[in-house]
Amino acid sequence: METSALPQQLAEIVDDFQALSEPDRLQLLLEFSRGLPPLPERFTDHPELLEQVVECQSPLFLTLDIADDAEKSVSLFFSAPQEAPTTRGFAGVLQEGLGGLPAAQILAVPDDVPEQLGLTRAITPLRMRGMAAMLGRIKRKIRESGAA
Amino acid sequence: MSVATDSNEKFDQYAHPERLVSTQWLAENLGTPGLVVVESDEDVLLYETGHIEGAVKVDWHTDLNDEVTRDYVDGEGFARLMSAKGISRDSTIVIYGDKSNWWAAYALWVFSLFGHEDVRLLDGGRDKWIAEGRTLTTDVPQPEATEYPVVERDDAPIRAYLTDVLGHFGNPLIDVRSADEYTGARTHMPAYPEEGALRGGHIPSAVSVPWARAAAEDGTFRTRDELDAIYRGEAGLSEGDDVVAYCRIGERSSHTWFVLQHLLGFENVRNYDGSWTEWGNVVRVPIVKGSEPGVAPVPAWQR
Repeated sequence: METSALPQQLAEIVDDFQALSEPDRLQLLLEFSRGLPPLPERFTDHPELLEQVVECQSPLFLTLDIADDAEKSVSLFFSAPQEAPTTRGFAGVLQEGLGGLPAAQILAVPDDVPEQLGLTRAITPLRMRGMAAMLGRIKRKIRESGAA
Repeated sequence: MSVATDSNEKFDQYAHPERLVSTQWLAENLGTPGLVVVESDEDVLLYETGHIEGAVKVDWHTDLNDEVTRDYVDGEGFARLMSAKGISRDSTIVIYGDKSNWWAAYALWVFSLFGHEDVRLLDGGRDKWIAEGRTLTTDVPQPEATEYPVVERDDAPIRAYLTDVLGHFGNPLIDVRSADEYTGARTHMPAYPEEGALRGGHIPSAVSVPWARAAAEDGTFRTRDELDAIYRGEAGLSEGDDVVAYCRIGERSSHTWFVLQHLLGFENVRNYDGSWTEWGNVVRVPIVKGSEPGVAPVPAWQR
């Protein structure tokens, strides 16, 4: 799998998934779902600041902050219910793989990166779309902000 | 060998009360010889986060579908799956899952295609079990392989194909999708292009009854009277009707199929699993847009 085009922190996650057998990949996704950090208080008190990704099979909300620096570093924030571990897992991968990166780097991530996790057979293409939708939404919000 | 049924006032009102068990019944019967509990969810990881003790996982997408053809597994594939899950032909199966048993009902319908006799749903599903504070475990059982016979699927009684639906006009059709899908405002669920269709709308004469109306707030099935009011009252079904239900890929409509067949006692109910992804892509089949059911075309042989 060619991951050299990806930001390093995301490429490492893709490599980790690729190195595992299919059942273990599901376990790894479960770990990402457990590791998704809770929303900071400023968002939990103001749900209107979050945007729902309706394409996900379970309610997923996300938002981002773009730093006022030369790199326009992006912080990502997700919220998904405990009973939606697959959705949370996808969010966890994006959070760890893209969080803190410059806006331009995130925009350059290929749209099909979810396919590269090697989960398509275990999870089915239909379920993978939720993750692609999250990535699409993140990119759109960055573009709308004019940061890149 | 069948495990005794759960008899209670609510279930006794249904046509086939033996098709449901309550959370209390399941808690009391866990570990009974001959009982196998199956979890079937929309979310493929949910079982791994914790499940009812002893429950095995059946994933509809990966376990019940043929990998190549758009169809379910065949008799051999089903026997392999049942054997691996420790299920015998005479096991009592109780299926439960997330989202008001949406996918659990689908699994039950597929099990029924193979004529597995005693398969029931847990009323209220996973959410009710958890809401009541009942125990979950992450221990995955390793059942001993069973000898499950190779039984060929018998689709005709409960499964409709495209040609069956074309020949069904003049009989009731129930569309269980959301209003936007029914009217044609939406040709697919937003990020499901593979489940999309080139045309939006519904099958002519189909009545709209979104599937979740059959479920109460806590995910349990609505009472017999409430269900009668919805399906006989509003949707106009009557005794002896030959009914076809459909949705987008056949999963939500299997929930409605369960309600009509087992709770309300309609004897001729079929799930059209090709559903809108098939119908909305087939050249020259009739489609109606908007919120009115529209008129069923007159079949060619009647013209």
